[in-house]
Amino acid sequence: MATEALHQSPPETWTPLFGRLTWDWIPYHEPILVGTFAAVALGGLAVLILMTYFRLWGPFWRDWVTTIDHKKIGIMYMALGFIMFVRGFADAIMMRAQQAMAAGGAEGYLPPHHFDQVFTAHGVIMIFFVAMAFITGIMNYVMPLQIGARDVAFPFLNNFSFWMTVAGAILVNLSLFVGEFARVGWLAFPPLSGASFSTGPGMDYYLWSLQIAGIGTTLSGINMVATILKMRAPGMRLFDMPIFAWTTLCTNFLIVAAFPVLTATLTMLTLDRYIGTHFFTNDMGGNAMMYVNLIWIWGHPEVYILILPIFGVFSEIVATFSGKPIFGYKTMVWATACIMVLSFVVWLHHFFTMGSGANVNAFFGITTMIIAVPTGVKVFNWIFTMYKGSVRLETPMLWTIGFIVTFTIGGMTGVLLAVPPVDFQLHNTLFLIAHFHNVIIGGVVFGVYAAVSYWWPKAFGFKLDDTWMRRSFWLWFVGFYFAFMPLYALGLMGVTRRMNAYMDTAWQIYFIVAVFGAVLILGGIACGFIGGFVSVKNRKALACGPDPWNARTLDWATQSPVAPYNFPEDVQVTGRDMFWKMKQDGFKWSGHYHDIHMPKSTSSGFVLAVMATIFGFAMIWYIWWLAIVSFLGCVAYGIAHTFNYDRDFYIPAKDVEATEAKDALA
Amino acid sequence: MTMIDTPMTGPIKGPEGPEHHPDHHPDHAHHASPTPIGFWIYLMSDCIIFGTLFATYAVLGNSFAGGPGPKDLFEPGFVFLETAFLLFSSITFGMGMLRADKGDVDGLLKWLGITAVFGLLFIGMELYEFRHLIHIGAGPDRSAFLSSFFLLVGTHGLHVTFGLVWMATLAAQLKWKGGLNESNTRRLGTLSMFWHFLDLIWIGVFSFVYLVRLV
Amino acid sequence: MKTLLQTVLLAVAAATLSGCKYDVLLPAGWVGAQQRDLLVISTLLMLVVIVPVIFMAVYFPLKYSADREDKSDYEPEFSHSNKLEAIVWGGPIVIIVILGWLTWEYTHKLDPYRPLDVAAEPVEVEAVSLDWKWLFIYPEYGVASVNELAVPEGRPINLRLTSSTVMNTFSVPALGGMIYSMTGMETKLHLIADETGTFAGRSAHYSGPGFSWMTFDTLSMEQGDFDAWVGKVRAEGGDLSRQSYLELEKPTIDEPVHYYASVADGLFDRIRGMCVEDGKACIDQMMMIDEQGGGGLDGIALEPLFEYDHQRAIDGFGNLISSDDLSARNMSDVDDAYLLAMLVSDPDALCRTTPEQN
Repeated sequence: MATEALHQSPPETWTPLFGRLTWDWIPYHEPILVGTFAAVALGGLAVLILMTYFRLWGPFWRDWVTTIDHKKIGIMYMALGFIMFVRGFADAIMMRAQQAMAAGGAEGYLPPHHFDQVFTAHGVIMIFFVAMAFITGIMNYVMPLQIGARDVAFPFLNNFSFWMTVAGAILVNLSLFVGEFARVGWLAFPPLSGASFSTGPGMDYYLWSLQIAGIGTTLSGINMVATILKMRAPGMRLFDMPIFAWTTLCTNFLIVAAFPVLTATLTMLTLDRYIGTHFFTNDMGGNAMMYVNLIWIWGHPEVYILILPIFGVFSEIVATFSGKPIFGYKTMVWATACIMVLSFVVWLHHFFTMGSGANVNAFFGITTMIIAVPTGVKVFNWIFTMYKGSVRLETPMLWTIGFIVTFTIGGMTGVLLAVPPVDFQLHNTLFLIAHFHNVIIGGVVFGVYAAVSYWWPKAFGFKLDDTWMRRSFWLWFVGFYFAFMPLYALGLMGVTRRMNAYMDTAWQIYFIVAVFGAVLILGGIACGFIGGFVSVKNRKALACGPDPWNARTLDWATQSPVAPYNFPEDVQVTGRDMFWKMKQDGFKWSGHYHDIHMPKSTSSGFVLAVMATIFGFAMIWYIWWLAIVSFLGCVAYGIAHTFNYDRDFYIPAKDVEATEAKDALA
Repeated sequence: MTMIDTPMTGPIKGPEGPEHHPDHHPDHAHHASPTPIGFWIYLMSDCIIFGTLFATYAVLGNSFAGGPGPKDLFEPGFVFLETAFLLFSSITFGMGMLRADKGDVDGLLKWLGITAVFGLLFIGMELYEFRHLIHIGAGPDRSAFLSSFFLLVGTHGLHVTFGLVWMATLAAQLKWKGGLNESNTRRLGTLSMFWHFLDLIWIGVFSFVYLVRLV
Repeated sequence: MKTLLQTVLLAVAAATLSGCKYDVLLPAGWVGAQQRDLLVISTLLMLVVIVPVIFMAVYFPLKYSADREDKSDYEPEFSHSNKLEAIVWGGPIVIIVILGWLTWEYTHKLDPYRPLDVAAEPVEVEAVSLDWKWLFIYPEYGVASVNELAVPEGRPINLRLTSSTVMNTFSVPALGGMIYSMTGMETKLHLIADETGTFAGRSAHYSGPGFSWMTFDTLSMEQGDFDAWVGKVRAEGGDLSRQSYLELEKPTIDEPVHYYASVADGLFDRIRGMCVEDGKACIDQMMMIDEQGGGGLDGIALEPLFEYDHQRAIDGFGNLISSDDLSARNMSDVDDAYLLAMLVSDPDALCRTTPEQN
């Protein structure tokens, strides 16, 4: 009746050589995408030329791609996170602009087909390739240092995990220029995401990129749990570990327990799409509600996977900059453990509106509220750490206070949404969007900025430019409120998420204010990057010693930047805040060093991830021959790799001595 | 060369992680290798994958979509034999481990060979069953029940297949790459855990998918 | 300066309040009002903790700044206090206990499946989310409308919901909470409009290319006006047979309001059962067979009776892909009834007879 079939997807064809990939799937008629592609291609070309000119390929390959050093892998995770953050934020700005324009019959500039991909990509990228990359990066860098280890338990696996995450990220970005991305929302509820209602390669990009990245995440979770359980410095009991190490332990337990559910669930959806099974279809006995349950059984712990390490970050920062031990250490640990366990019994609060009975809804509502108790305890502990302290308002501390204020508000709206009858009204509205951005930006993003400004001197040996980082903080902080308070208001008007256009022009002003907020945030991001460049430029002036903040934990006992072996000799741990104790006893290394046993770099992880990327691409486009070849390639290469027994080496004692001497004056 | 080995120095992991290949690091008297615990954690995560698939089967197991159910499709005798093969393979693996404890590489290889034969018989029977079901039109696309059946049993089968590939690889390494040196021994230990784990899962599959549904 | 500030404040106030309908805060029905009350009570309750926390979070770093003159109150080793810990755990626990109790009470009271305790005679509405429009069937009146929901003021509205292909959410914030509509299933929702007026309604769960335009007006009117509306629908509307439903079900975007003066018997149940078109078994029948252990090996061939999704496949822009036009089929009620009877009584007989039917 009213449909004008102006647009159609390319026809479904298949050839043995290229599968269903045809020229029609290259979006050269979309100016936005062509522009993006041109920018990416030119930028990429510039990087290639510069790297060749400065002869950086060798060092890049030797020192970074093949590295098994947890510190370098951590830094690469952070780099991946920031790159994907730019992509995800570009999506955010596009959405905000579209919704600010498309009121009262105006169409805006993004048709639904494009807009729907943008909001799906935004969610997927921000959670899986930004937030996850950030927290994995921070955990990778900091945790082994904090427990006095030389590396993680399985260094090669760490490298492999990282490159698998990159493989997933590459597939997501490839969908911009080859084909399309999913149009289903970040959790891809069937039947919409099933074979019949999401035809085309978009949904398959989603599935394969998440599956491939998910392998990396699960393995990295196993790795970190084993690291904490087995690699602690001599004498360090679990209850001697810094809070951040504890939150890392709990987070990785959650990863190990939750990600397999995601793997299984996405596998079922993949089978529905590829071989016509009926797990989540409408017909033949399929059950879409089961998907919703399963995905949130993973999805809710995922929320805590993201925030727990950040809680750890703030615990370290607040203790350091208050000049006091963390208030209520044991309470903090037990609160973390409580959250870890409870996060598995609240998933249903994401769909109170699916028609479960009152008993079920009330149960899950109340369990959700109970999580607020340990979380509240944590907030109080941070506050009481400052109480009677000597608080230095350095940038990491600014972020921390910004976090406590913002996160508390987000927590409050979260508890509101946990009340089922209130959720009936606010579910899927912009109130929900405002809520989770309130906790994810106020929590995870602020936490990442805090962590970066806190540990940057450790990683690179110089501080970040204070002025620019403070500008970044204030723009982010103010920008956040401008961007999301209007969404709370819109939510209270009952305005739904994911709308491409709307009729009620009274809403428009709120969306415009939100755009203003987004622009402020853009300024905050820009200041952060400028601050990074300025700091690198002025690194001589900003240079600092190994312990610029007068910190308390073992990570600060190392050199800045940290030597490859982390610690020149074993630390005998005798209690909490070990570095603080060591400093009070006049800390100095003995000077009698031994050879240090270290793992060797290897290119296997990278090669396997390249083959996994090719495999994913081949599966997405139904290029079966390539899928078979790349899969067998992976298996064969993996087997061949196990025949290499030459995997370690020793750093001679005299090298250790030389490295330590170099830094002695600092 | 001085050897200092503390829990701080970590050995290195195999390529696909603990699930596919054991660790192989020419290790020097590590008193605390993280591999066994790492592999345990991996097995627990794998357990959750199977848990999800069992739960799926529990939800969808009665959704026949007007098609055949377990009683129409499963042969008790056939499944019993299949199960027996896998259980035997666990015993023969155990025999191999006893040989390994005595440092008898040839004995170990012999028992690994027998284990692999039982494993192959198991996989062969499973493939035969799948082929038969698909052939009569009761493939995974016929009903939600069959989808969940094929996925649960098939995932187990894939694990067994991977175990067989791993076994072959390890056998080659035992033969030509230093026999029962420390890293090969550790790999053998993890493979043993893996193989018994698959046995355990199969007991769940056998009881929950076949036995209960046929009674 | 002062006047400028006043102007700005006024402008902000005007922007926030004028013309904007805070439907959640100022609902027009009992259900929404209860939900609003709970929202407000919960917020106030939590502010008891939130306000001091925010205050302390800002005040402490200033008060205990490292730059302060008198640092005699600096206690570098202070990290534990039973008294503070008791407050830290006790405070949130007390609040959550109260909130939990409220939640339990209200969740039962406002369970969407629970009929409202209102004396007035309820009006039954069967709502179907289609791609991308809403169909509202009034079984008591035998009429239906698309993208327009009319309700009599002061009478409870008993909604039964289902969906044709994908999941949607029925949402009229001015009346109260929402509920999902899902294919092959039925959900229920009980609402009431205590005021007359036109309220925005829409699908609140993203459902594909036409989602943004999947809106409808909810017209709440006095009984007389409602009767007149029904009369208008009867006068203007066409006939909603199974065939015209299948025509309506095809994906469209921004569908205009239109009416149906008559509705085929049991249409909603057929939609919910995914058996509107000819030659399909309803989901209830399928479940009945499955309860008896399935259709046996002979049942393998019954597959086409239960297929549904594939014929409704769409491309990325919402165009139907299947060339198989369901609405063009020749509907034969006789065959259909026969089929159903067969399914119920003897599944085996069905698979013997089905091929002959085609």
